[in-house]
Amino acid sequence: MKRVAVVVFPGSNCDAETLAAAHAAGSDAYFVWHRDTDLRQADVVILPGGFSYGDYLRSGAIARFSRIMGAVTEHTRAGGAVLGICNGFQILCEAGLLPGGLMRNARLRFLSRPVWVRVEQTDTPFTCLYEKGEVLELPVAHGDGRYVVDPRTAAELEATDCVVWRYVRDNPNGSANEIAGVTNAGRNVVGIMPHPERRDAPALGGQDGARVFHSMEARHATQHAADVRAVDDRHLRV
Amino acid sequence: MSAFRVEVRVMPRAALLDPQGQAVEHALHALGFGEVARVRMGKHLVLEVKAASRDEALVRARAMCDRLLANPVTEDYDLAVEEGAAR
Repeated sequence: MKRVAVVVFPGSNCDAETLAAAHAAGSDAYFVWHRDTDLRQADVVILPGGFSYGDYLRSGAIARFSRIMGAVTEHTRAGGAVLGICNGFQILCEAGLLPGGLMRNARLRFLSRPVWVRVEQTDTPFTCLYEKGEVLELPVAHGDGRYVVDPRTAAELEATDCVVWRYVRDNPNGSANEIAGVTNAGRNVVGIMPHPERRDAPALGGQDGARVFHSMEARHATQHAADVRAVDDRHLRV
Repeated sequence: MSAFRVEVRVMPRAALLDPQGQAVEHALHALGFGEVARVRMGKHLVLEVKAASRDEALVRARAMCDRLLANPVTEDYDLAVEEGAAR
């Protein structure tokens, strides 16, 4: 059973669903407030969706400096797994923990509907239970979902297999290379624009997102985290 | 210490699609302003900064832009500093 910290920012609104999805996958999941400095021995950290700080200035720009982010950065440096969903993805980009950034949707409209994404990589802590090439139906709910990255970094992401999910059938927000989610070079930090936590049970219209959370519980997910234990806001290798 | 008025102009990177600017451009065309060839839209921030000199205000404002006010991946910024309180 993995310890999963779901960080709550002022304006987070997918925190409860994310916690429920992690519980449903068998994780020992709990909330951590943005003002906390301690991830309480988390194996995995999830930054949930929402509109932290009202998206003022830029989506994620202010949340990125909240107190807990120091511990999240430490956790990342120690190789711990981190998932950012929607606003969480924006926060990870703003924090420089993932490459690129997210800008206003190409067609301006706020999008709240299902999209289809192809799983491109299965060697991350959040996709190891998927098959490469599987197409998932997941909902999006965002105004600033257009992934942008300079052409050199985009080529690097492709060459190093860091694109984890790609939109198929259509590119809802005009993202570069149809990118719906990416990972970092260390492959422990992952961001995704659609909401897997909103599709983890048949009653929610499908369960294509459930394995994102089940993957955390799979062995591969915590290859690193097994060696890393957070103590207060510091990480010790044991 | 004196007060300086710092104006920060943040614009989306020139190479990136600016859908808000495009929407405004289309609206202007619809109103008959056919002479408008291109609209780009950004943000304008006005700060009142206390500093010992104009140069110091500029250096500090640049640090604020680099850390928070602009995202170097998606935006460019420029600064104007003048003596006196922000209105």
